[in-house]
Amino acid sequence: MINTFIGNLGHFLTVFAFITSLVATFAYFKATNANELKKNEWLKNGRWAFSLHTLSIVGVFATLFAIVSGNYFEYHYAWSHSSIHLPWYYMLSAMWEGQEGSFLIWMVWNALLGMVLIFTNKSWEGPLMAVFALVQAYLASMILGTVIGNMQIGMSPFALMRDAMDAPIFQSNPDFIPEDGSGLNPLLQSYWMVIHPPILFLGFATTLIPFAYAVAALWTKRYRDWVRPALPWTLFSAAILGLGILLGAYWAYETLNFGGYWNWDPVENASYVPWLVLVAAIHTMIVFKKNHTALKSSLGLCIAGFVLIVYSTFLTRSGILGNASVHSFTDLGLSGQLLIYLAAFTLGGFGIFLYRWKDLPVEQDEPSVYSREFWIFIGATTLCLMGFQVIIPTSIPVWNAIVEAFGGISNVALPTDQVAFYSKFQLWFAVAIALLSGTGQFFYWKKMDSKKLWDALTVPFLITLVSSGAIILLYPVAQLSYIALLTAAVYCLSANGTILFNLIRKSPKLSGGAVTHIGMALMLIGILFSAGYSNVVSLNQSGMPIFKDAADEKFDQENIVLWINRNRPMENYQLNYKGRRLEVMGMPNYVDHNLLSTTGNERKRVAKTELAYDGKTYFNQGDTVEVHPENIYFEVDYTDQKGEKFTLYPRAQVNPNMGMVISPDIKRGFNRDLYTHVTAFITPDQEAEWSAAKSFEAKMGAQFIVNDFVCRFDSLITLPSVGGMSLGPNDVAVQAKIQIFDSERSYFAEPIFLIKGNQVGKIPEVIEDLGIKLSLANIKPEEGIFVFEAQTTQKDYIVLKALEKPFINVLWIGTLLVMIGFGIATNRRYREFKNLRDRNAINDSKKVTAKTEI
Amino acid sequence: MKKAHIFGIVIIAIAIMVIVSTIGDSSTYTTFTVAQNMAQDGNKEAIHVVGQLTKDPQGKVVGIQSGRDMVSFSFTMIDNDGKTETVFYNEPMPQDFARSEQVVVIGSYKNQEQFIADKILLKCPSKYKEEQTI
Repeated sequence: MINTFIGNLGHFLTVFAFITSLVATFAYFKATNANELKKNEWLKNGRWAFSLHTLSIVGVFATLFAIVSGNYFEYHYAWSHSSIHLPWYYMLSAMWEGQEGSFLIWMVWNALLGMVLIFTNKSWEGPLMAVFALVQAYLASMILGTVIGNMQIGMSPFALMRDAMDAPIFQSNPDFIPEDGSGLNPLLQSYWMVIHPPILFLGFATTLIPFAYAVAALWTKRYRDWVRPALPWTLFSAAILGLGILLGAYWAYETLNFGGYWNWDPVENASYVPWLVLVAAIHTMIVFKKNHTALKSSLGLCIAGFVLIVYSTFLTRSGILGNASVHSFTDLGLSGQLLIYLAAFTLGGFGIFLYRWKDLPVEQDEPSVYSREFWIFIGATTLCLMGFQVIIPTSIPVWNAIVEAFGGISNVALPTDQVAFYSKFQLWFAVAIALLSGTGQFFYWKKMDSKKLWDALTVPFLITLVSSGAIILLYPVAQLSYIALLTAAVYCLSANGTILFNLIRKSPKLSGGAVTHIGMALMLIGILFSAGYSNVVSLNQSGMPIFKDAADEKFDQENIVLWINRNRPMENYQLNYKGRRLEVMGMPNYVDHNLLSTTGNERKRVAKTELAYDGKTYFNQGDTVEVHPENIYFEVDYTDQKGEKFTLYPRAQVNPNMGMVISPDIKRGFNRDLYTHVTAFITPDQEAEWSAAKSFEAKMGAQFIVNDFVCRFDSLITLPSVGGMSLGPNDVAVQAKIQIFDSERSYFAEPIFLIKGNQVGKIPEVIEDLGIKLSLANIKPEEGIFVFEAQTTQKDYIVLKALEKPFINVLWIGTLLVMIGFGIATNRRYREFKNLRDRNAINDSKKVTAKTEI
Repeated sequence: MKKAHIFGIVIIAIAIMVIVSTIGDSSTYTTFTVAQNMAQDGNKEAIHVVGQLTKDPQGKVVGIQSGRDMVSFSFTMIDNDGKTETVFYNEPMPQDFARSEQVVVIGSYKNQEQFIADKILLKCPSKYKEEQTI
């Protein structure tokens, strides 16, 4: 029976959330413009409306999760993103796979952040929350799913299958419920995809806070007060957004097989640019806090940060990147709504900025070259230029659309080699950033003149010269651009290291900037080596092409063939491909597929022997186990020159709905990662081409040779039944046990010979690994001779590609430090805000007491 | 001249440089014929060709051939001028490939005969319009 209640509840809550957000917008708007008497009344209304809004948004999320995790496949969202076999944590990934679910998590974060702001900052509540509630109203309209006239407003995630789809089954049987969902994209079945989207959307949500403060400041003309409460949130936002982006990069590194963590795809760029702008905003806000300059740039950048987030939402969800990005996007029919959203916030945000432009206080003093403001300002400008260089090409599809909207023809495409195109600019910007942040920190902590500056810089200079010189000569780093980046990063590291060294004893709470900049310098070094010096180690030195039909030489040169159970050297390793492995539920290791026999159900296998790992038995012979049939793991043993061994399991997913997905396995080393993935293998749907059958006559205990392998006929047993089929009194079924020896291990083949009624049957045994099919063809009981038939085919192999990523750990360590640094800075700035707020509150209450005394 | 002016001029100069280089390095969406002419002139630069997969009258995609153990494949595609060509791709078939309503191949005629794609972009039909059999 179709459960319509849960969907109706979800839809009702969505509508309720939309209405309450409008009410809250109105109430907070009135509160901001009202006089002192009415203000509190309106604030109270706004608070009520927003609290109800928050509850209902959380309710919508919970309802949708109940639908997805409860396998309510009568709902289109559950059907198209989930399936019965998905563990609960991937049900979360399934939630974010669809656009509606990702809008929803964004709204949940916004609502919760709004509640935090209501409780922590009463003095800004009115204008701040008016902006918040308005944004929520826009977002909620995206999942409204209401039709007004001819206009579709939003896409509801609570649509039933029969309403969302035109399948004929729903006409004949409206109550039809699919038995299983179509499943989650296998690429998203990764732990990183459980946490990356919520963190990224928390980053998106937090960018609203500096925007809301900037708009509130312009609205209420409190130009000087907004930076203090906004700064900790801007730092928090940069940290979370940065973390979200990097988790995505890390997922790409682990799951996709393009061999890296960053591909300059428009979708990646769309979140990178707002992050750069946000970081620039932090810097100008710090300048403003010191001496009240850079107000305009702080306001502009805080507004731009959020507008760019909305722009990136537009780019990724409107389908406009369809011809430009490898991520296949679907236009839900919301592009018009998204465009309105983008236009409203761009015009609204920058409109009020321009409207107040003349009114904004101006500092006339030109900053000296020896002032920190000058350097920080140049740094912020460089960050903006960095973003500009990325957003211009990323927006090419938008230019095309604009030209075409006016009747023109524009067929400009993105640069074909995006990595090279962006890197050549971003690298030099990064050099500038590293130099500026090294030098700027000295200005930040001391009043400087030229003499003092040179004194302070002597030590870092010397450290840089010696250490970067040593690395350049020893590694060696030869390319000019790499030398520049390395030197700049080492300089940034040593300069900030010196500062940190002095700060850590006196006032560790102020060390946020130094730690963040050290982290950034390490990230640059990590990126330089892991990307710039990534090299292929799986070089084919046999001089033989891998495939006859090979189309390009590069494939033949950069891949090696591994035959099963055969050693093959690769650079500093001996490799041995051990065969295919499967994931068995409840087993900590991957299980050899030869140990499992197939059943009618793809997901169920029967253990041929006891399944044990590390001395512990998990399943006994004959137990039925559950497997993930689409995941094939290729066990490859590595032995390095010192004789140390390790095993990697690169993966292939063969999913009938989604196609083939290849994922790498990575050996993490202290100073380098070994990144491996298969580039060819025998897929399960490939029909093997068997040779003509060859007969062997053997007595028990005799040996014969098939496909170059020695086979020994060990024993024969009589079977009481065959495959669940009972045997009559005159029927016979016997099973031969044959051991086949390969260099390091042996396989067991157990073909069956059957006489039932007056029919003779043979059930052959196939050893896929060795490419052997054995059957027991005849028995000559008088002579004790058994006749076996053998057919052969290609034995199992994989083609492997391996890359080395030097010093990639430096990148991850740097990332961690950046997060810690942002954390320290957020904490410090939040305390500053809190202290002032509490002091003001005390002053206010004193004023009130004074008044009453009078 | 004030420092602010010099600063402004430098920024504008860099911005212009960025825009000029974007225009210079950008590729174009074009057709197989143009790509062939380019290859004949010795221009190996990769370009974008937009088109659709070839389909039989029942709407089933035809012309996909997996080579090399499924990890590479070739397919036929009609560009927007109606020219049909075989495209080779040295990677596994992308997800949802056969369901795409539009395909963009980025590459060139490396050996004069066959278009070799370095990258494939897909535009898939909206999930709400799909007519999948259950």
